[in-house]
Amino acid sequence: MCALCGVLGGRGHWTESAAAPEAFASRAEAHTRARERQERTRLVNRILGHYGLRLGDWSAGAHALRGPTGRTALVNNLSEMWAAADDLGRRDCDPLDPDLLRHLEGR
Amino acid sequence: MGEYSEQTPINIITGFLGSGKTTLLKGLLAAPDLSDTAVLINEFGAVGLDHELVQNVTESTLLLDNGCVCCAIRGDLQGALRDLLSQRQSGAVPYFRRVVIETSGLADPAPIAYTLLAEPVLQHHFRLGGIITTVDAVNGASQLQRFPESVKQAAMADRLIVTKTDLATPEERDALQTSLRGLNKSAPIMEVGEGQSQPPTLLTDDMYDEGGRQREIEHWLDAAPGDDALVHDHADHIHSFALTYDVPLDWTAFGIWMTMLLHRHGDNVLRIKGLLNVSGVPTPVLINGVQHIVHPPSHLPAWPNENRQSRIIFIVRDMPQAQIERSLAAFNKLANPVAAPGQAA
Repeated sequence: MCALCGVLGGRGHWTESAAAPEAFASRAEAHTRARERQERTRLVNRILGHYGLRLGDWSAGAHALRGPTGRTALVNNLSEMWAAADDLGRRDCDPLDPDLLRHLEGR
Repeated sequence: MGEYSEQTPINIITGFLGSGKTTLLKGLLAAPDLSDTAVLINEFGAVGLDHELVQNVTESTLLLDNGCVCCAIRGDLQGALRDLLSQRQSGAVPYFRRVVIETSGLADPAPIAYTLLAEPVLQHHFRLGGIITTVDAVNGASQLQRFPESVKQAAMADRLIVTKTDLATPEERDALQTSLRGLNKSAPIMEVGEGQSQPPTLLTDDMYDEGGRQREIEHWLDAAPGDDALVHDHADHIHSFALTYDVPLDWTAFGIWMTMLLHRHGDNVLRIKGLLNVSGVPTPVLINGVQHIVHPPSHLPAWPNENRQSRIIFIVRDMPQAQIERSLAAFNKLANPVAAPGQAA
């Protein structure tokens, strides 16, 4: 799997509002970068928890992804994070995994 | 860096061997509106091009260590496009406003898209315009059955051009249309016969072009959900379907879901196009993905009609619609409860 996928250099990752200021201009005030980042971390940890992984803040531009054995990787965006999650976790993260979906659906 | 929409668009003209790529291009370049187009050709065929800015490049793909075929830099284009840029800046070539790349008949369009987004210099100057795929009306159906390259070229297209229609029977044309529609719901299918050419908008309309964006989105809206379960006799197990959502989607949850999906299954997700109703954003947000690669989101200044549903078109290989539908719904519930995908408006 490609760690470069989706990384758009200085433009910012496509999942961040800042990458498309025209499209998201109307919500810029309510969604500061810091708040968006906080919300992204909160939501993604709901997924990562299923795999024994946890994402935390590291510095303004990066996050630290911690695996079940304590190993840590620094990641700059979601695309990098999923690649690191494969290395740190015990199994591959798959959004179509029925176990994960049952977990998210609360069943 | 300027906005993505201000970068020079690159259109890809692809299609199987002998499907009429150069003839199509020759017709387009005759239009005065397209005289400021630079052309890169991977193989010269029988049809000559009389155009000021034509360069021949030999296809070469630099596979990255990860072995992901779609995430490969096309070394030939990297060099040719960098040269074009510097020639334009120095005035060595006439100023061009767009580039057309005509691929070889067996090319995979994905590495071209990847090159434009991942190459450190090119990503600041060029953007992907549209992928235009020619399909031969007489031999196209048989090629789709026998050659995976042909299937992928058609599946990844933003426009499908059926050529040589004057040589095909009405039954052959109908069968090909059905086959192409099963592969690719979002691309408009245009037919061209002997001596007919296509309008310049074929190269100028795309989701980042201010003037053509609205027309482009109308094609997506025409891709009505339903008849998605058709099984087609292709050389590859590719099919397309559309999902709709009745309530606004959470952008953060959607980004988490889509990056995870493309990380794990990007090889089998050929295209994703979407018109999204995003929470807190009054205008529609447009997304456009080519395998593992996602272009920066764009937007329309207003909704095209009363319908406020989010609509996402998937073109995938061996991936059941129900699984994708369930997965996206579950992820969206992380942020806000959303309705299950609804039916077509």
